[in-house]
Amino acid sequence: MQRRQILGWLLVLGALHAMVACAGFFAPYDPVEQDREHPYLPPMRVHVVDQRGNLHLRPFIYATRLQEGSFDQFDEDTAKAFPLRLFVAGARYRLLGFLPSRVHLFGVEGTRLYLLGSDGFGRDQFSRILFGGQVSLLSGLLGAGFTLFMGAMIGTVAGFYGGWRDVLLMRLAELFLALPWLYLLFALRAFLPLAVSPLKAFLLVIVVLASVGWARPARLVRGVVLSAKERDFVRAAWGFGASNGYLLRRHIVPETFSVLLTQAAILVPQFVLAEMTLSFLGLGIPEPAPSWGNLLASLQQYSVLVSYRWMYLPAVAIVPFFVGYQGLANALHLDAATEKMEGRRGGDPS
Amino acid sequence: MNYLLRRLLQGVFLLIGVSFLTFLFSTLAPGNYLDEMRLNPQISSATLTALRSQYQLDRPLPIRYARWMNSITHGELGYSFAYNSPVAPLLWVRGRNTLLLTTTATLLAWGLALPLGIWSAERRGRLPDRALSWATATLLVIPDLVLALGLLIMAARSGWFPTGGLVSVGFENFSPVGKLYDLAMHMALPVAALVLSALPILIRHIRAAMAEVLGAPHLRAAAAHGIPHRKLLYGYALRAAANPLIALFGFSVGTLLSGSLLVEIMMSWPGIGPLLLEAILARDLYVVIGGVLFSTVFLVAGNLLADLLLYWADPRIRTMAGAR
Repeated sequence: MQRRQILGWLLVLGALHAMVACAGFFAPYDPVEQDREHPYLPPMRVHVVDQRGNLHLRPFIYATRLQEGSFDQFDEDTAKAFPLRLFVAGARYRLLGFLPSRVHLFGVEGTRLYLLGSDGFGRDQFSRILFGGQVSLLSGLLGAGFTLFMGAMIGTVAGFYGGWRDVLLMRLAELFLALPWLYLLFALRAFLPLAVSPLKAFLLVIVVLASVGWARPARLVRGVVLSAKERDFVRAAWGFGASNGYLLRRHIVPETFSVLLTQAAILVPQFVLAEMTLSFLGLGIPEPAPSWGNLLASLQQYSVLVSYRWMYLPAVAIVPFFVGYQGLANALHLDAATEKMEGRRGGDPS
Repeated sequence: MNYLLRRLLQGVFLLIGVSFLTFLFSTLAPGNYLDEMRLNPQISSATLTALRSQYQLDRPLPIRYARWMNSITHGELGYSFAYNSPVAPLLWVRGRNTLLLTTTATLLAWGLALPLGIWSAERRGRLPDRALSWATATLLVIPDLVLALGLLIMAARSGWFPTGGLVSVGFENFSPVGKLYDLAMHMALPVAALVLSALPILIRHIRAAMAEVLGAPHLRAAAAHGIPHRKLLYGYALRAAANPLIALFGFSVGTLLSGSLLVEIMMSWPGIGPLLLEAILARDLYVVIGGVLFSTVFLVAGNLLADLLLYWADPRIRTMAGAR
């Protein structure tokens, strides 16, 4: 039952991540391509019924024009219609970072399509959300991976070897756990260089995230290792003269996998959010590279907040990702709980 | 009393640890406030050298740490380059506002979560319980950044609440009631954002803790003795379920502090949040350290309060402390 649930959530997350990973294909435009004629264009309506009431099988959009007597309000020019087309050629990109291509899933010819409106530089919001996801999700995933690795190492050392190592490491973990995480994030960020290139900023954010988050997984792993160490089969192996390395590799570290998996499902969205917070405040990924955080940063201006509602759409677009991770974490948690109840535990992967 | 004393000592050690850690990090920083001044052609290098020695930036870390510790005893907490004043008064002015915000939010969140969680635990599995758990699940997946932005947009478009600041223009001339009303209106939005982001976790934990206790034999016995329902819930069941909830209280203080940092910046509430962000951008070292330390003090205070509550609520801890 829970297995099926886990699989379902994994499929949902996989689809969402695949869309972001292949952003070049799904997004109609390059994320930094500007269209200075159309700043803050509201989301375009996709029609299937035209002015005269005729139904079209192929959806189409109308051209936009400035409203009469206005310099920033647009409306639809119903005289000019542009049909949506599949697999159109457009801006060059590299699929997954290496496959050069210029085919996009959909687009229009003759004008630009703004499904979710445009920002102040006339950049396509839809494309920016997809490309921004690459930065945000990757920093979340890498940050969580790095954190879990650190947490697992520290937790295993503390739990397995015990003694002064345990005391020292766990005191340090308590220190990190005690601080409010955002303050800690800020403090760490404060002492790192401010004006850096997007790539450096990206690596920096990952390092900062990982150094903030390791304490909780480390404590959990330590707990698992402590209990695993006392299990009969581990003691038996030890009695037969197994080395520490063998015990850890064969018996103890595999025990921690389920905890680490659940932690991953919890940590990834938290780290994505942390990256968003940093970028939103201008301490993370800088423009023009898109990230979910700096997409929302323009909302800090009151005029944008009041006049351009669709600038909030990135915030709505990312909620499915959080739903997916939350669902996965719950399912994993339930799975671990039933496993415990049914007493079917151990390194047996079946 | 032994128990509380031990917890207090732990808090002090935590503070020292945090201050030392932030100092350690600060030496890793690739620049400081004076580096920005160096770019200014009107400031000579001699002035910079003088400033460096005045602010002790040319001394090694242990000495700077000792100096800084010494400045705490004078109530200074180091010196802000950007504001050209000791850090402590700066922090105090801003910290008051943060304290106002977080305390209100903590009280309100717990005030709402306790009855809701108990109500839901009592109706376990029935429609209201399921509706509430859907609501908490929905709130749980909405990131607080998104939630706060949504609230801001709603407030900006409807005009019901002010979208920033602490008080309106001309606050001094309001009547006392008017002052209170004005402050409450300004607090509504940030407090709502904080409470909504803290609420789902609190409700879920309270519900779980209560649900566990409600089936216990001693409560069934109490019910069979005809003890009124309300007294049973709030007097007996809550008391039995209090232990994990008090631990959660200490934890919730930390979460609310983090949340308030972001909310303050977004809603331009003049608390620690904007000060800290400015200090980071200006590389104002001691203000950053002071801000982090302030949050730790508040957190330690929250945890001590939780310990006090635990001491009061759980006789086992009292007897344990007495036996030692």
